[in-house]
Amino acid sequence: MGMLRAIFSHPSGRIGGTIVLIYVVVAVLGLFDLTPHNPLQQYRIDRLHAPSIVYWMGTDLFGRDVASRLMKGVGQSFLVGVSAVALATIAGTILGLTAAWFGRLWDGLVMRIMDVLLAFPAILLALLIIAIAGPGTWTSVAAIAIVYTPIFTRVVRGPALSIKSREFVDAARTFGSSKSYILTRHLLLNLVAPLTVQVTLALAWSLLTEAGLSFLGLGTQPPASSLGLMLADSRNLMETAPWLLIFPAIAIMISILGFNLLGDALRDILDPKTRSRTA
Amino acid sequence: MTSLLSVSNLRVGFGHDPAKNEIVKGVSFDLAAGETMAIVGESGSGKSVTALSINRLVDFGGGKIIGGSIKLTRVDGSVLDITEAKEPVLEKIRGSEIGMIFQEPMTSLNPVLSIGTQIEESFRLHRGLTGRQATAAAKDALDRVRIPDATRRLNYAPNQLSGGMLQRVMIATALACNPRLLIADEPTTALDVTVQAQIMALLGELKRETGMAMIFITHDIGLVAGIADQIMVMQAGQAVEQGALSEVLDRPQHPYTQHLLSAVPHFESGRAARADFSRKEKETPALDVDGLVVRFKVKGSMFSRAQGSVHAVENVGFDLMPGETLAIVGESGSGKSTTARAILGLVKPTRGRFATHKGSITDATDPATQMVFQNPYASLNPRLRIDSILAEPVIAAGGRVTNETREKMKALLKRVGLPEDSLERYPHQFSGGQRQRLCIARALMLNPSVVVLDEAVSALDVSVQAKVLELLVDLQKEYGLAYLFVSHDMAVVERIAHRIAVLYAGQIVEIGNAASVLSNPQHSYTKRLISAVPSIDRRNQHFEIDTRQVPSLVRPPGFEPPEAQWREFGPDHRARAEA
Amino acid sequence: MSYLARRLLTFPLVMLGVSILVFFAIRMIPGDAITAMLGTEAGLLTPAQRESLAAYFGIDQPILIQYWKWLIGVFQGNLGISVIHGKPVLSIILERFPLTLQLALMSMVVALAVGLPAGVFAATRNEKASDLIVRVLAMIGQSTPNFVVGLLIIYALSAGFGILPTMGEFTPFLTDPLRNLGQMILPAITLGFAFAASVTRISRSAMLDVLSDDYVRTARSKGVPKRSVIWRHALPNALIPVVTLSGVEFGYLLGGAVLVEQIYALPGLGRLVLEAILQRDYALVQGCVLFIAFNFLVVNLLVDLLYVTLDPRIRLGEGG
Repeated sequence: MGMLRAIFSHPSGRIGGTIVLIYVVVAVLGLFDLTPHNPLQQYRIDRLHAPSIVYWMGTDLFGRDVASRLMKGVGQSFLVGVSAVALATIAGTILGLTAAWFGRLWDGLVMRIMDVLLAFPAILLALLIIAIAGPGTWTSVAAIAIVYTPIFTRVVRGPALSIKSREFVDAARTFGSSKSYILTRHLLLNLVAPLTVQVTLALAWSLLTEAGLSFLGLGTQPPASSLGLMLADSRNLMETAPWLLIFPAIAIMISILGFNLLGDALRDILDPKTRSRTA
Repeated sequence: MTSLLSVSNLRVGFGHDPAKNEIVKGVSFDLAAGETMAIVGESGSGKSVTALSINRLVDFGGGKIIGGSIKLTRVDGSVLDITEAKEPVLEKIRGSEIGMIFQEPMTSLNPVLSIGTQIEESFRLHRGLTGRQATAAAKDALDRVRIPDATRRLNYAPNQLSGGMLQRVMIATALACNPRLLIADEPTTALDVTVQAQIMALLGELKRETGMAMIFITHDIGLVAGIADQIMVMQAGQAVEQGALSEVLDRPQHPYTQHLLSAVPHFESGRAARADFSRKEKETPALDVDGLVVRFKVKGSMFSRAQGSVHAVENVGFDLMPGETLAIVGESGSGKSTTARAILGLVKPTRGRFATHKGSITDATDPATQMVFQNPYASLNPRLRIDSILAEPVIAAGGRVTNETREKMKALLKRVGLPEDSLERYPHQFSGGQRQRLCIARALMLNPSVVVLDEAVSALDVSVQAKVLELLVDLQKEYGLAYLFVSHDMAVVERIAHRIAVLYAGQIVEIGNAASVLSNPQHSYTKRLISAVPSIDRRNQHFEIDTRQVPSLVRPPGFEPPEAQWREFGPDHRARAEA
Repeated sequence: MSYLARRLLTFPLVMLGVSILVFFAIRMIPGDAITAMLGTEAGLLTPAQRESLAAYFGIDQPILIQYWKWLIGVFQGNLGISVIHGKPVLSIILERFPLTLQLALMSMVVALAVGLPAGVFAATRNEKASDLIVRVLAMIGQSTPNFVVGLLIIYALSAGFGILPTMGEFTPFLTDPLRNLGQMILPAITLGFAFAASVTRISRSAMLDVLSDDYVRTARSKGVPKRSVIWRHALPNALIPVVTLSGVEFGYLLGGAVLVEQIYALPGLGRLVLEAILQRDYALVQGCVLFIAFNFLVVNLLVDLLYVTLDPRIRLGEGG
């Protein structure tokens, strides 16, 4: 496919794309419990075992295999990230598109509500939502989705407004094209590019937030594993068992880096400004 | 006469491998002190790159001089090869010995610095002036380019001035240190034609006053007649013809120069107007517009009511017969595009009545009226294939895309001169001229009787313009189309219009037969407009400097303009009587 | 309407929206309002006590009246009483806020001091090796969550030098400035790390955009020396997106303080919010969230004022 080839011929796209591919594979393996060990199994004799052939990334205080828990945790945060971003994308696209199209009162109402949501620092809004609904995986999904909806709304509304004033939309109006035709064929089709970029970057951000929330003990609850929880558990043991800190930390950094790099590459590839420069 | 600048075999390339991507391929010329040379060419000819090489600004745009020499005789009489000069030396030369002005005055001045600061900078850098002295020098510089009220304007930010004023500021900046050479890169292309005439007049006067030499770059061969001593015509990186002004204009040798002079639209004061149509008695017009008024409310501030409205279009009326072209001409802000958009229902008219031969237009989306827009790059959805683009009017009219529709698409593509396989391609695979052909094909999908062409050829290169105009004329004869041709370009209008309506400040000031209006304009604005149009016939013409401004179109609430008084000047030619 | 007037008008509107959201969000907590206010202790109350408490707090009245009374209270500086601390919410917040503000400001200084020069430097070395190194570092910086940075710093110090930066009681700046700065510098670096990376990226790309603008070419055509082109002509224009970013990022700093204060055991506002949530001290949660949102909005308003002084196009209204 042309898109894949474009991504893999872009320097940061190649690195980002590879990381994201590996990440997805690890996440799927983790979600389907295809891990080297049972992540909940406590190998009592091997507590705080250093990394070895049996335990690739060592074991934790309870003798659980860190590698397996890490895979499970990656799966968990992937699930949270993808669900949250999917919800935010759908909500943001509908709100942004209708705000741009109908303008006036509806636009004013939607954008003021988004302003109110944006008045809270992101983590704080997520915390508020969790304070109300109680900590947990699905609360994290809802919290991240609500935090990200105003950003998607803005990302869609801005370009939608500018496309709306482009001459091909004027042309469509002179033909008498229906509203649904203009909204889908002219606006939405041209929004695919900025949305793709934003979705990728939003995934990076949602991984970050999910990890932060579970680090604070407000996301995924034990005994289920998540990268943030693993890091929180490593805090008092980092001198005796640094692998508890290092592996999850690297996993978080690399996965966020992957999505960021991919997002940057997509922006370069899909941005008509840079494309016309190379054409 | 010693030459000020001597360029020989200049070659300039771009990108990682400049030798492979050569834009200027061996250009040579000599320029004497006080002499003006025009470089004429279309986009991609290498004319701007040649100019930017002379002060080595080309380095900053990713270009590299890969061969040849540029010898500049400096003030002290020494000769310097610019191609080998180091950056600190170049910095001394730029601004003090070589000044430059650019195409877009709106973006060429720093938006966050005041105009005064930007002019003073030249004096600080090259004359060592500071403080009050620099400010006084900047004021004198503004006076010199005839900007009224210079002291106050020094504190203005660039966005507070019009394009024409900004270009004057640019000229003031470039000439601050009396450079012996001014490079003007399409300095009037972004400006209205009457403003262009002002800038040309100013450049002419300053040239006489200071005795500077000038390199004037333009795509408009008609414009050079008024200012140049010699001409160089460029095509695809090479100088295809160079010589003295009259020599090149009167006895062009190279086919490309001949083409530019003959095929490209030049203004000929009505002599080139079309005479292939005459109105029949008692025919129903294809389009009848009566008393069209478009006003936009000026939003008041938070604490006050609306302050009135912009009277964009004021009581405009005309009729258009099948097979006829009516051109609506005017400058920016004249209301010509708003008129077109109102007829197509893109702008809601405040008052007025339109009728096609089918009857009064109640719904804005009448398939009998179609439109072609100015910007061929923005008027096709980049994400749709050509077959979807051409199908859109059919779908919008409630039809379905059948084999018959596809046949029609193919036939129309062939008719506008595009290959059949275009249907499976995307807009970005076409050039500007081809895209405009696609837009024309799309407009014809529903067999309209009226096509509104809003600056339809303005964004195209001059030689492409000529071909598209030819196509439009052919299509008009073939299908009996009525054209409403909106344009600012008098040369283009002369080639396509049967009748002309001149719009000024939202009102028609003169309307009538094209030949008659162009050869014998009656209203003072029409006269001004037509005398401002550059022409190869008017060599070294002296323009009058005139700082009149377009009147404000904002009127208090409830304002109604007085009834227009018309004077007849022939069977089909009338002009508004002036107060 | 001028940009500033519109901005000043929307501020109270958005603040009103924020207050509505915060008030009703807390009311949406499952269980009745007494539980919401008193937390777990409410389980011990008898029905009679509940009723008298309901009357005392005014929650037997219609919800809109409750909101109105609450809002009037907020205007008088009454954010309610914290059940856990047994003190007025506002006084607890004001006690904790200086630390968080200092942390946020210090991280901002760190981020701008590192990011701006790095971004400008990279832009002027476009596509050269030094540009690439800056870009890779910025990308990694932007991809590292601040709590991971914090943990890694603590680990490096304790494993490498045997130092525990979290040790010791927090000292306010006015008590002992040096000791205070010593305690705050690592948290500030931790919090400013990702921000520095974003500043680098934004200032680099803004600078690159600006350097290809027409007026920069004009400046060069006047013979303006390279250094002056960059600092005098390009930078003021490139600063505009950096200033915007700083306003938005200030919110992230206030939010990120929750994690950083937690890691370094600093008694700031962020940690207060977290404790309040974990202890179900809803009046305190409500007060903190409202207070932080208010500060964020004020900062953004100030940033917009700065923006206006930087860019005359906004000050004077684009195109009249």
